[in-house]
Amino acid sequence: MKEFLAGRVANALTPVLGVFAFLFAWWFLTWLKWIDPVLLPSPQASAKAIWDGFASGNLTKDLLITIRRTLLAFAVAVGVCVPLGLMLGSSVRLYRSLEFVIDFFRSTPASALFPLFLVILGVGENTKVAVAAFGAGLLILFNTAYGVMNARKTRQAAARVMGASPVRVMTGVTLLESLPQTFVGMRSGVSFSLVIVIVAEMFIGSTDGLGQRVINAQSIFNMPEMYATIFAAGALGYALNLIFIVIERRFIHWGGK
Amino acid sequence: MNLSVEPIAAAVPDTHITIRGLTKSFAGQPLYTNFDLDVPKARITSIFGPNGCGKSTMINMVAGLLDMDAGEARFDGKTLAETKIGYVFQNYRDALFPWKRAIDNIKYPLRIAGRSRAECDARAEELLRSFDIRFDLNRYPYELSGGQQQLVSIMRALAPHPEVLFLDEPFSALDYEMTLFMRDKLQDIFEATRTTMILVSHDLEEAVYLADQVLMLTRRPTRIAEVVRFDAPRPRHPETLTLEAFIRAKAQCLEVFQREVRVRA
Repeated sequence: MKEFLAGRVANALTPVLGVFAFLFAWWFLTWLKWIDPVLLPSPQASAKAIWDGFASGNLTKDLLITIRRTLLAFAVAVGVCVPLGLMLGSSVRLYRSLEFVIDFFRSTPASALFPLFLVILGVGENTKVAVAAFGAGLLILFNTAYGVMNARKTRQAAARVMGASPVRVMTGVTLLESLPQTFVGMRSGVSFSLVIVIVAEMFIGSTDGLGQRVINAQSIFNMPEMYATIFAAGALGYALNLIFIVIERRFIHWGGK
Repeated sequence: MNLSVEPIAAAVPDTHITIRGLTKSFAGQPLYTNFDLDVPKARITSIFGPNGCGKSTMINMVAGLLDMDAGEARFDGKTLAETKIGYVFQNYRDALFPWKRAIDNIKYPLRIAGRSRAECDARAEELLRSFDIRFDLNRYPYELSGGQQQLVSIMRALAPHPEVLFLDEPFSALDYEMTLFMRDKLQDIFEATRTTMILVSHDLEEAVYLADQVLMLTRRPTRIAEVVRFDAPRPRHPETLTLEAFIRAKAQCLEVFQREVRVRA
């Protein structure tokens, strides 16, 4: 019984071991003063900066702005690219003809497109959201198309032989068959969208958002605040991913089955 | 070419499916050329032949899953569109809809046909009773065993009271115990409904055991090598396998098979 309990405790602790090890190493390095404390503040100082940021509402405000931009870009990407992906995936010829263009732009770093979007849309909210939506959209587009193309033919055949019309096969079978892959695209898309929004906030005439906060803190050497903001951005990325995994498990229980 | 069709047509006067002039080739290689076949009504016809002779291809064309290059299939004179058919796939895992519960899979063809919820429920209830189902149909297909999944597939195929039931190696992915059980189930259904069935099988014992007639096909380009009749009384049970008639029919099939395989080997 004792051993059993010890085993349970050990099992419960395993996932957080790395966190403790990381924090300890960080604290140990700052305690040894091997690294200039201006560059690497202690974990306590960073934790306090996070606390202060949320208490004063400053960090909260920037966090919410970044969330809004990320989700807006994501929503645009989903709205445009899921239907497009379904169309592309259901016509092999159409996909073949556009495959290179999609692959090319997917391989082009979206950040390289900032100047182009700046010229077209000007310095403002739209540019940040548009570039993020563009990058995320391509990920969603080809994943959706792939999902449709790799849909099991037997299930479509089964529906057809039972008398389902082409439209019903599409909406009732192919669409659902492609959903697990579409979700892979959406999950990568939302992470990608966050990356682009943060970069855009840093460099494209921004006055708010987490990216702007990081670069501001860095320029005045307010390192605790910089680390605090980096952790907030990390937590946001992690949370978005987690939310998608939960949604996926809940609604697309048949993935891979 | 189809001399063997004549005696069958005479022996089983009630023809259900007439296939005429069926022609199909893959990549320039003819598989079927002007192929004719009559399938009797309210009988089980097994199709057996060497690998690659197009057993599944044929039923897929008759069931409308694959286009014929030429030719047509009629069901009591009706077209496919006017006929209710059921189809049981070999790979039940890929044929059932994993996003629907087993019970909703079974109701799917009824909903497609625009039946009301009450009608669907009633029919599902009826199937449940006649199949004596003891597992939970509110589960998703992937939560069921292979045999249970194939049972669900068969119930789904039977739900709309099909006039013809196509079975493409339905038991080949199941273990032997389950296969024996499913053969009996299928036989029960047949006895209860007298639905015309076409069974593709790669297991000669099964092909003969279940069938009223075994359609022996040649290598490609595919023709009918022979039609072997087997009219042991139903219900058949494992003892049937030891009957003189069974052994003779199976031996005859085997002989035809070996002759056909050897022809061009």
